[in-house]
Amino acid sequence: MSTATAQKKGFGATLWDYLTTVDHKKIAILYLVAGGIFFLAGGLEAMLIRIQLAVPDNDFVSAGLYNQLITMHGTTMIFLAAMPLIFALMNIAVPLQIGARDVAFPFLNSLGFWLFFFGGVLLNVSWFTGGAPDAGWTAYAPLSTTSPGHGVDYYVMGLQISGAGTLIGGINFLVTIVNMRAPGMTYMRMPLFTWTAFVTSVLILFAFPALTVGLFLMMFDRMFGANFFDPQMGGNHVIWEHLFWIFGHPEVYILVLPIFGLFSDIISTFSKKRLFGYSAMVFAVVLIGFLGFMVWAHHMFTTGLGPVANSIFAIATMAIAVPTGIKIFNWIFTMWGGSIRMTTPMLWTVAFIPSFTLGGFGGVMLAAAAADYQYHDTYFVVAHFHYVIVGGVVFGVFAGLHYWWPKFFGTMLSEKLGKLAFWPFFIGFHLTFFIQHFLGLMGMPRRYWKFLPNQDLDLGNLVSTIGAFLMAIGAVIFLINVIVTSVKGEKVSGDPWDGRTLEWSIPSPPPFYNFTQTPLVRGLDPLWIEKRQGNGKMTPAEPLGDIHMPNNSFIPFVMSLGLFIAGFGFIYQVDDKNWLIVGIAGMLITLGSMFVRSVKDDLGYHIHKEDLEKGAGSE
Amino acid sequence: MSSDQLQRLKPGQSPHEPEKATLEGKNKFLGFWFFLGGETVLFASLFGTYLALNGPESNTSGPGPAELFGLELVFIMTVILLTSSLTSVYAIYHMKNLDFGKMQLWLGITVALGLTFLGLEIYEFYEYVMHEDHTFTSDAFGSAFYALVGFHGGHVLFGLLWIVTLMVRNSKRGLNLYNAPKFYIASLYWHFIDVVWVFIFTVVYLMGKLGG
Ligand code: HEM
Ligand SMILES: [Cu+2]
Repeated sequence: MSTATAQKKGFGATLWDYLTTVDHKKIAILYLVAGGIFFLAGGLEAMLIRIQLAVPDNDFVSAGLYNQLITMHGTTMIFLAAMPLIFALMNIAVPLQIGARDVAFPFLNSLGFWLFFFGGVLLNVSWFTGGAPDAGWTAYAPLSTTSPGHGVDYYVMGLQISGAGTLIGGINFLVTIVNMRAPGMTYMRMPLFTWTAFVTSVLILFAFPALTVGLFLMMFDRMFGANFFDPQMGGNHVIWEHLFWIFGHPEVYILVLPIFGLFSDIISTFSKKRLFGYSAMVFAVVLIGFLGFMVWAHHMFTTGLGPVANSIFAIATMAIAVPTGIKIFNWIFTMWGGSIRMTTPMLWTVAFIPSFTLGGFGGVMLAAAAADYQYHDTYFVVAHFHYVIVGGVVFGVFAGLHYWWPKFFGTMLSEKLGKLAFWPFFIGFHLTFFIQHFLGLMGMPRRYWKFLPNQDLDLGNLVSTIGAFLMAIGAVIFLINVIVTSVKGEKVSGDPWDGRTLEWSIPSPPPFYNFTQTPLVRGLDPLWIEKRQGNGKMTPAEPLGDIHMPNNSFIPFVMSLGLFIAGFGFIYQVDDKNWLIVGIAGMLITLGSMFVRSVKDDLGYHIHKEDLEKGAGSE
Repeated sequence: MSSDQLQRLKPGQSPHEPEKATLEGKNKFLGFWFFLGGETVLFASLFGTYLALNGPESNTSGPGPAELFGLELVFIMTVILLTSSLTSVYAIYHMKNLDFGKMQLWLGITVALGLTFLGLEIYEFYEYVMHEDHTFTSDAFGSAFYALVGFHGGHVLFGLLWIVTLMVRNSKRGLNLYNAPKFYIASLYWHFIDVVWVFIFTVVYLMGKLGG
């Protein structure tokens, strides 16, 4: 259903439409809105942290609240902001880039979203029920297993539910990319964004189950009397560290790889050049994904695994810098001699290259195991990962949103406001985090509630806080841009950027079946080929015919709601066993909806050829 | 691609691989293999945890693996579960020949064997808890044991519910292109559970008995 007809429907009908949708473009919007809201929540937490650290010996927030703030900031940003925003981009772009009408499993796509959403909501309910989790986003045992109250229980249940959603999403993209490509779209003709979405999905598939198990063990320890992490009962808390980082390191690449792909597409579009070293770029992504599984213990250099383990993991970690370097150079070479257009997406991209590279330098320094004894758990680490995550992922999400906004909403974000948002954010970012390297080298530990005056830490922290405010200003200007653009509602063409890939060959926003006729792909950058050698339009690979579409369904929502309810049951049965009833009831709702899904036939429906000719669903 | 998917398939008709005859079927097939890849990491993590916590230092109360485990019962359970994998192969063989009745029969036998396995496992746990002071909360070894073996048992239970659901749901209408992939991936799941059990038998029981 196009947005135009959706607007004609009442609010209730639109809401119902979104609650039951299985259309990847609408699910992308859901991910965008939910992820955006969590991003604002996480940003607010960050501002409170920076206010507390603006001056020495500050009492703006209490120590306990501070712990909750840093925990929720990290957890929210990684799991509830960065992940869904990336899923928003993958959902809007991957099916369009490969010439598909939808993803392989539209139903599961919706289920993945609702699981993520309810998991995120559950986690945040903790703010109102006696305190959020406070053991850090890494939730190391025994700090997490002995943390009083229910905060960490919310962490466990919330992440478990949303993690299941992510896993489902990953499988969905894998099958979509393998099975749903249009004729002629071979693997080595796929846009880099699709390639990176593919590798990221592989990482999701093999990394998230380790977190699942870790969270189960922690749930058993905290809520059901098990002893996995309790040394007095024979347990071993290093197991948590391993499981967490076997997931956690791949996770950082899960976040950044799609962004790499996105930047590759953007650079090639706005340099009007084919990507330099396409196959090397693909190879580098695959290699990074592979190596990403071999380096988790660089987070545990100080745990005491011994010099042999530390050396091996140090070398493996440094090795990742090689394929990453390949990518950096290829981006630069793509721009070299191109006719560059400094649009907003390109601006974020060009800013990304040096920013991310600095983060990588910090990473390689940290990878020197012996030196890491000095850096570990200081602000140097905080600086490193914000350079890669903000300088990479957040810049990338901004770039991607500007780039694909037409495909999301059929409108175009204002270039003027876009650039106006960029500068304070960019400057603020470097102001906030560059100096944190030095604070770390001077010995300021991370996660401390306050620091003392006159230890040479005052100025650095103040600068950092000022930078954070500049970033907030940038984010607000972006929001204004969104509002202004939506209010104006000026429609744009299907191809406002003079694009190279398939998503630009169809209207903005695309009709709900995407392609009236599946396109025939004749090479890398298929639309560009047609612009150069053909008539500028994709040649159809099939005659006009009926299109098969999946039915909407409310079941994913109910299934996820069941787990949400069960989550409360499991959390509170610690205090009162009667809550187990709630837990079981929730599980029954979920299992019941799975049962309904299994026994009820869902064959979808057809859009008839005659209706297509009349232009059904297109603008 | 839609309602003709519901047409009943009879022996002797084509296609020979009804589970992969439609795009939906192909997607399910591939997606389920990916899912099993993820499940492999899940069980690998549980095995890793178990191997870290099955030593004497984690066994702070109750008997250790060598005293605790008896191989007779577990051996019988292993034979039963392996046989059930074989019977599910027969079921799929008949599915490929589009012989719905025989498929149901062999699936029924598979379910019966699976139920027996589950019953024996519950009996085993009951003995440990009631007579051996080996519980989920007694020590880290207990936690790790029940987590690993119990996760597997939970998978068996889920698999049984799934197969029975499919059998009952389709008992009247027989095999078609819509439900063939469903039967097929349920059988894949069943094999996977079986393979995991072979590892449990080796790592937990055999190595526990011999290594201790
Ligand atoms: C050349 C590439 C990289 C290298 C060599 C590297 C190395 C490291 C090392 C050794 C640590 C552990 C520091 C410590 O705790 O003492 C670390 C932490 C971290 N890195 Fe990287 N890294 C690289 C790229 C990335 C990327 C691309 C991301 C994310 C997109 C990332 C995210 C993180 C995060 C989140 C942490 C901190 C986790 C925590 O303790 O809370 N890194 N990195
Ligand atoms: Cu890492």
